[in-house]
Amino acid sequence: MSKMTLKTEGDTHVVITRRFAAPPEALYRAHTEPALIQKWMLGPEGWTMPVCINELRPGGKFRYEWVNGKGIGFYVTGEFVELVPFSRLVHVERMHLPDVTPDNHIETTFAADGAGTLMTMRMTLPDAASRKAMLSTGMEHGMEASYVRLETLI
Amino acid sequence: MTRLDATFSALADPTRRAILARLATGEVTVMELAQPFAMTQPAISRHLKVLEGAGLIVRRVDGTKRPCRLAPAGIDAVEQWLGMLRQTLTKNYERLDGVLAAMSQEQGDKQP
Repeated sequence: MSKMTLKTEGDTHVVITRRFAAPPEALYRAHTEPALIQKWMLGPEGWTMPVCINELRPGGKFRYEWVNGKGIGFYVTGEFVELVPFSRLVHVERMHLPDVTPDNHIETTFAADGAGTLMTMRMTLPDAASRKAMLSTGMEHGMEASYVRLETLI
Repeated sequence: MTRLDATFSALADPTRRAILARLATGEVTVMELAQPFAMTQPAISRHLKVLEGAGLIVRRVDGTKRPCRLAPAGIDAVEQWLGMLRQTLTKNYERLDGVLAAMSQEQGDKQP
């Protein structure tokens, strides 16, 4: 019933499926209403989402912020592309760690499946080369700042 | 601690980020690392242990030395990202099951 599948498709796609006991409408609400999102979209144990802002319309922006209570945090920003209650959501998001990650284009569908729902999430990432280039650029920036701090200490 | 948490915690420390930057130029031993950082070898070793636990560096055995280098990027970075994604989503959806159950309970309560 609750088993999740996660598989890659080509170089740039990741497809995730998961079955839920609730109907599509409940799934759609849990993915769009901030008060509900803040209850489950939290990642590892110990993290909370103090900021959850979203403008639910095509072109609307969102910003989700996470903290772990140990002074570490990051946030995600993005835009909605398409919202079809209660079956389909399309959005683009990027993480700020604080260096920004490549845009992740995500299509989420909720299909009635018996008394429950089959959710399918299809992520499309930039090509492998640009992703790698961006990741290494981000890392260099962070490291340079550390070097500067370190030099003032030594 | 999960991988995602371990990675963020590992990268949050300026000394560990500086160690990673030093390793970007190639493999080094603990002794070589300790000199520019003006730190004791045990202190450096503790930082390396954190970085190794987060999967950011790898170490090999060379006699009594254990030189370290950056974990291979590229394919590995994608694999790591997928691993973190899987862990995060598994945890999130378990929580979501609970939220959905509570929503259906509320719905039931409202009806006569």
